[in-house]
Parts: sequence; C-alpha cells; structure tokens
Amino acid sequence: MPESPQTPPALETRNVNKWFGANHANRDVSLAVPKGTIHGVVGENGAGKSTIMSIVYGYLPADSGAILVDGRPVAVRSPRDALAAGIGMVHQHFMLVDPFTVLENVLLGAEGGVTLAAGMARARAELARLARDYGLEVDLDRPVGDLPVGAQQRVEILKALYRGAEILILDEPTGVLTPQEADHLFRILRALREQGKTIVIITHKLREIMELTDNVTVMRRGQVVANLATAGTSREELAELMVGRKVLLRVEKAPARPGAPVLEAAGLCVRDGAGVERVKGVGLTVRAGEIVGIAGVSGNGQSELLEALAGMRPLAGGSVRLRGEELADRPARFTARGLRALGVGHVPEDRQRVGLVTGFEAQECAILGHQGDPAFNGRFLMDRSALFDRCAAEMDAYDIRPRDPRLPAANFSGGNQQKIVLAREIERNPDLLLVGQPTRGVDIGAIEFIHRRLVALRDQGKAILLVSVELDEIRALSDRILVMFDGRLVGELGPEEADERRLGLMMAGVVDAA
Amino acid sequence: MEHAFLVALLLTDATVRVATPLVLAAFAALYSERAGVVDIGLEGKMLAGAFFAAAVASSTGNPWLGLLAAVAASVGLALVHGFACITHKGNQVVSGMAVNILVAGLAPTLAYAWFRQGGQTPLLPGEARLPQIHLPGVEALAGIPVLGPVLGPVYRELIDDANVLVWLTVLLVVATHWVFTRSRFGLRLRAVGENPAAVDTAGLSVTRLRYQAVVVTGVLTGIAGAYLSTAHGAGFVRDMTAGKGYLALAALIFGKWRPWPTLFACLLFASTDAVQVRLQGVPLPVVGVIPVQFIQMLPYVLTVLLLAGFVGRAVAPRAGGIPYVKER
Ligand SMILES: Nc1ncnc2c1ncn2[C@@H]1O[C@H](COP(=O)(O)OP(=O)(O)O)[C@@H](O)[C@H]1O
Ligand SMILES: [Mg+2]
Repeated sequence: MPESPQTPPALETRNVNKWFGANHANRDVSLAVPKGTIHGVVGENGAGKSTIMSIVYGYLPADSGAILVDGRPVAVRSPRDALAAGIGMVHQHFMLVDPFTVLENVLLGAEGGVTLAAGMARARAELARLARDYGLEVDLDRPVGDLPVGAQQRVEILKALYRGAEILILDEPTGVLTPQEADHLFRILRALREQGKTIVIITHKLREIMELTDNVTVMRRGQVVANLATAGTSREELAELMVGRKVLLRVEKAPARPGAPVLEAAGLCVRDGAGVERVKGVGLTVRAGEIVGIAGVSGNGQSELLEALAGMRPLAGGSVRLRGEELADRPARFTARGLRALGVGHVPEDRQRVGLVTGFEAQECAILGHQGDPAFNGRFLMDRSALFDRCAAEMDAYDIRPRDPRLPAANFSGGNQQKIVLAREIERNPDLLLVGQPTRGVDIGAIEFIHRRLVALRDQGKAILLVSVELDEIRALSDRILVMFDGRLVGELGPEEADERRLGLMMAGVVDAA
Repeated sequence: MEHAFLVALLLTDATVRVATPLVLAAFAALYSERAGVVDIGLEGKMLAGAFFAAAVASSTGNPWLGLLAAVAASVGLALVHGFACITHKGNQVVSGMAVNILVAGLAPTLAYAWFRQGGQTPLLPGEARLPQIHLPGVEALAGIPVLGPVLGPVYRELIDDANVLVWLTVLLVVATHWVFTRSRFGLRLRAVGENPAAVDTAGLSVTRLRYQAVVVTGVLTGIAGAYLSTAHGAGFVRDMTAGKGYLALAALIFGKWRPWPTLFACLLFASTDAVQVRLQGVPLPVVGVIPVQFIQMLPYVLTVLLLAGFVGRAVAPRAGGIPYVKER
C-alpha cells in the first residue's frame, strides 16, 4: 500500500472483533486508509463489510480491537463520537426523516442552538457552498421523501459534510442508483478526494472498484484476506479473493439439445392491477432441455408475463399448453397451486415479498407451497424433524450459509435467501422452471453457483424460462433470447448473434426484423 | 336577543372549562406520540393525578402541594410506561392499558385506606382548591358606552375569574406550537417519532429523547388530573376521569397529531358536552324531552362519527408504537 511513513493513515482499524451471538461477523479486522484516497472494501454479502464500518461509525459496539484516526486511538462509543472525530457515514438504507425538508434533515443533531432559526440560516449558506464545490445540488425546502433516490443520497452526503466529516464512509451506495446517478456520485466522490477528504466505499461490484478506488480491502467471512493497490490488481483476482476460489465470470455450457415442447403459449394477454394491458399477445415455446431468456428493459411486461404463467395473475386472453395439454380454459387448475401440482416451478422476481415469508424460519420457507406434502406431515401435526432434515440437506447441497434451518429467512443475505428459494423449487423436480431475476442483489460466488445450477437443470432435460434485466446474464445462460418491448415480443436471437448493441436496440423498440 | 347572547357566553364558558383537561391530556399525548411512544394510559395517569391532588390538598390544605403530588404521581406512572416500552421494548398498548387498570383500582382503594369515605376524598374547602384569577376592571369596562354592553359580559363571563390552570393551558398551547415548529427539542422529537434510526445515526440518543417526551406527557396529565379534582371539582370521586383520557386520544387522532387541529378537536368535543348539559331535561321541538342517557352519549357518538367518517386518513407518526431496535 502506498503509505508514506510520515503521515499516518486517516483511518485505521486494528484487530477488530465482533460477534452476533455465535456468528463471528468480524475476525481481527485490520485495515488502513491513507489520507486523501478513495478506498474500496469488497466482499460477498455477509462478509462483514457493513459490520466493520458500523463499528467505525459507532453505530455498533465492537467486542475488541482499536480504531485510530490520523494515527491516534479514538474511543467511538456512539455516532456522536465518530462525528466528533470527523467520520461520517452514508448507510445502505438511508437514515432520513421523509416528511422533513432537506434542510431539517441536515440540521437534525447539528442544530446549533436551542432554537432553529439561527442554525437554519447558517446551514443554508454552508450548504450552498458545498453544493457549489462538489456538485451536490438539492432543493433544500423539498420534503426528502419526495426526492429521487439519487438526490436523497446527496442529502446523506451533505449531512456528513455539514458536520465536518473528513472521512466519509459509503455503504453500497450504488445499489439503488441508475447508471447515470452512479456516474454523478462518482464525480462527487472524486471532487471530495481532490479536496483532501478520505473516502471509504463498500461495494460488491468490481467494476466500480476498478473505476474509482486507489486501494482496496477484500473481506471474506469476517476476515480481511487482502489489502491491495487497485492499479496492481484485476477483477479476476478480486473475485477469486472474495470467494476464496477461482470464479468463472463466464458460464460454461454445452450446446442445448432441445426435446419436446413443454410450454406453448399463444396470444397471451395480461393486465396489471390497475387494469392496464401489460402483455399484448405474446406467443412463445419452451422445449425440454433449453433455457429461453426474455430480455427487456424492466417494466415492459416481462414481470406480468412470468407471473401469469406461474398462475399468480389471471389471463386476459390467449392459450397456454403444458406438455400439450390446454390449461387456459381450465381456471381451476390454472392457479399457482394447480400449476405446482402439474410440475411448474417458480422462482419469483421478488424473493423477499413473494418467494419467502421473511419472518418464517428457513426450514418453513423451504416447504412453502408444498406444506401439504405427506413427507412433512404426521397425522395431525407437522413433522418438524423431517422438515429440519430436509432443509439441512438442501443447505448442504446449495451451500446456504449460515447452515441453520431454524434461522428466520430475514437473517440470511440476499444470495442465501435466493438459494433457499431455488433449492425449494429445483428439489421438487419440476418439468418447467420459471425464473425471474435470479441473481438480483446476489454476490458473485452465489451468482456463479446459481448459474451452474440452472444449466445443470437444463442438462437434465428440464425446460427453463428466464426473465432478467441483466443482459450479461441473459446472454450467458440462454439458448434462445426473446426480446420484449411494450408488452410484445419484438424479436428472437441466438446467443451468438446477440451482441450488446443489437440487443440494446431491440430492447429500445428499434426493431430490425432480421 | 340579550338572553341568547348570554346563553352563548355561558355555553362558551362551559366549553372552556370542560375543554381544559381535554386539551391538557391531548397535548400530553401529542408529545409522547410524536416521539413514537403510543400512550393509551392517559386516563390512568389523569386519575392518579386527580386522586393525589385532592388527597394532598385535603391533608395539607395547600392546593399547590396537591398539584405537585399529582404531577409526581403521573410522571412516576409515565416512567413506568417508559421503562416498559422504551428500555424493555414492550408493547405500548398493553403497558398503557396496564396503567389504566392499575390506577382504576388503586385510586379508590388508597382513598378508602386514607380517608375512609367510600373511596372518595373529603369535599375540599375553597382555599384548598386551585384559585381563580380575578382581573380588575369588570365594572369599568361595563360602563363604557356602546362597546360596554357587549364586551362587558364577554369579559365578565369568559375571561375574568378563570381558573389559573385554564390560563396555564392557554400558555401550553402556544408554547407547544412554538416547541414543535421552532425549537431543537421539537425537531428531534418529531424525528424520533418518524425514523429513530435517523436520530440514532445523527449522534442523538433515541432512548433519552423518548424518555423526555414521556416525562412531559406525565407532567401534563398530572396537571389535567389536578384540574379535575382541585380546580373544576372539589375532591376526588371514583372514576372521575370518565373516559376523558380516551376522548383526548380521539381528539389527537382527529387533529392528526398536530397542535392546532388537536386544540380544535378538543374544543369541539367540549362544546358538545356543554350543549349536552344544557339540553338535559329541556323539551325539544318534535321529540320532546330526550332521556338524559341519550343526551350524555352525544360527545361519544360525535367522536365515533368523526373518527369513522370525516377525518380522512390520519397519518400517524411512522415509528409510533414500534420499539426502537438497531436495524441490521
Ligand atoms: N444486527 C445483526 N444481528 C445479527 N447478525 C447480524 C447483524 N448484522 C449483521 N449480521 C450478520 O453478520 C454477518 C456480516 O454482515 P454484514 O456486515 O452486514 O455483511 P456485508 O455488509 O458484508 O454484506 C452476516 O452473517 C450477517 O448475517
Ligand atoms: Mg452490507
């Protein structure tokens, strides 16, 4: 790490440990951030990144270890201490009071007197200066809840700077931003670095690390596994360090050997909750042993299509045949439950709201939709031990961590939650698997696992319909790609012909019917 | 004409007197609930205040000591509520209800043990009650030509000889408005009721702020109780709050947790009560004399109607009723 012996690092942690019950979330975490640099902290979900930074910010107490600012040990027992030491933090979930105006949010905790008037005037002037210097424009008198996410994030940064933060920590700041907003954020962060501020950015997106940071700390399972200069590393090396083994950023798969059609849909129409037609006459076929991907900018009807095929939305018209049997005119069987019985698996797009009951234990989530299965039921009561064993076996097979079937689903990271859903659906041995956004908010190691699992399922001769807004994912997995725009399928491409430009144009509705 | 004017004045005067404890209790709850601590224990705290005010005033002959005792008892109960809900993150409705039930039984029992008069305190003599404030110049004002006959009665009936606690309540309303819009404490209070995590990460203590709010609630409900037994009434009788705590809560919801609308709601409820008292035994056109019980239902019927129909969606403080646990 380029660190001159004269100037101590702006921020340093030494052997910080933190347990959540039996979970050792931070294990002797030591890292140093040189002054005036942008420092990345990467790691898979659950690696302990948020935990160590929450400790630095005084939001969580450490069990042991030391924190040094400019070479001096500081005792941070609360965010107040951290703010006094010049540390500010932008949390992953914004800490804003929605009905308050931007100004009130900035002022909260730094009012500068028993009454507000004087502080408000001072804050206005100071915020105008910050806005000018760093491109942090926001309307100070708008309620924060009315602002777009990008602007809310700028309010969080303003809050920290207004309190005189010299070190700014951002936890997964780009997760909620559009690419344009992310670029704007990066410009702000570079401007802050110019002014000598020190920035720590937590992320699991390697592209951002390579683009933005000077140095990077890699964490895995609560430990620091490497401190590197960004210039001297690569995405592949970082991915390997994060996951602890070689990661294929590409999926390896043999050409598909499609068999008989499993799903045949024609003229499908679907309306959304407000009665607006979102799917306007879609026809498609998915055969055994192939993955059909539906690409499209989100909001073009893919979600509704998938939900309708899963029986979660009524059809407004069209026909659906499963293994040759017409279902659309048999509403009693064309339900989520009926389709399950017919061998349709569904990995919903929104795993938190639809895929899981987050307050339930993992073992309970693992049988959602199959809770009536005799395998889990005694004569009167559920057979909890069968449930436990089944879930424990799935956790082994799918490498779900922590390996505790009794832990509520909410306590698993995104990737592990997704694996719980995936395991449930795949282990039922469906003929047709409907998959929506399988890797949204999932870290690299788990992405690789999920992709391999889906390809393996295909190779067993199952039919898979994949909906994703991630073009890389669609291209990596699909044997055929359908492009959806404004409720219609506007084209079909093979994976070789689907380059980013061509797909992008079709997704934007510019159809070159080739 | 002159008679109607006088009746209107007397009704307004009665409204103010009935509204005072309602306003005190509703504003008490305003502090607590805007800070995110739901309080249905107003009733119990008021009743405790009423009992201790009367008991101490009766024993010492000093209404101010009574007021102090009322505030102390009510703050004590508020702290119990805080301990259960803030420190131990218990269920706020259950805790509030427990306070109500506890006091409903305890106050008459203590009264019996203390005074042996069937669960009441002795009737308080005039000097053991909180005083009214006599203003000068009633005769002088009435003597002014033209304006005198109008302003004179207004001054005489409404403003002169109002109880000291009525004036305190007026001050409280204005002060509360100021606190919530202009002061640091108000800003923090509102924030902690909306998003305590934001308060926590801003370097402030959620626990401390909520305790402060709950203590304010205790002080104000104590004063409300003292008003009932040593200002409006002259002694404690069993169940003398008669649902006023719940009515205050309804006024707070009707007022959408904002000071001025809450005041308006309290005045509305109080005026129906004043009208109700006046209507008792008075034959009405068409229907004749309505049984007292039906007339006494009026304020409550109004409450139900308003809350069910006319309020629209009341947006409660978002973190109301939810104990603060650091999120992951
Ligand atoms: N408040 C908490 N209570 C219990 N466990 C927690 C809490 N916060 C985090 N954890 C656990 O600690 C580990 C590290 O979490 P975190 O620091 O949030 O990871 P990251 O930010 O790298 O995704 C995870 O296993 C997570 O489940
Ligand atoms: Mg995190």
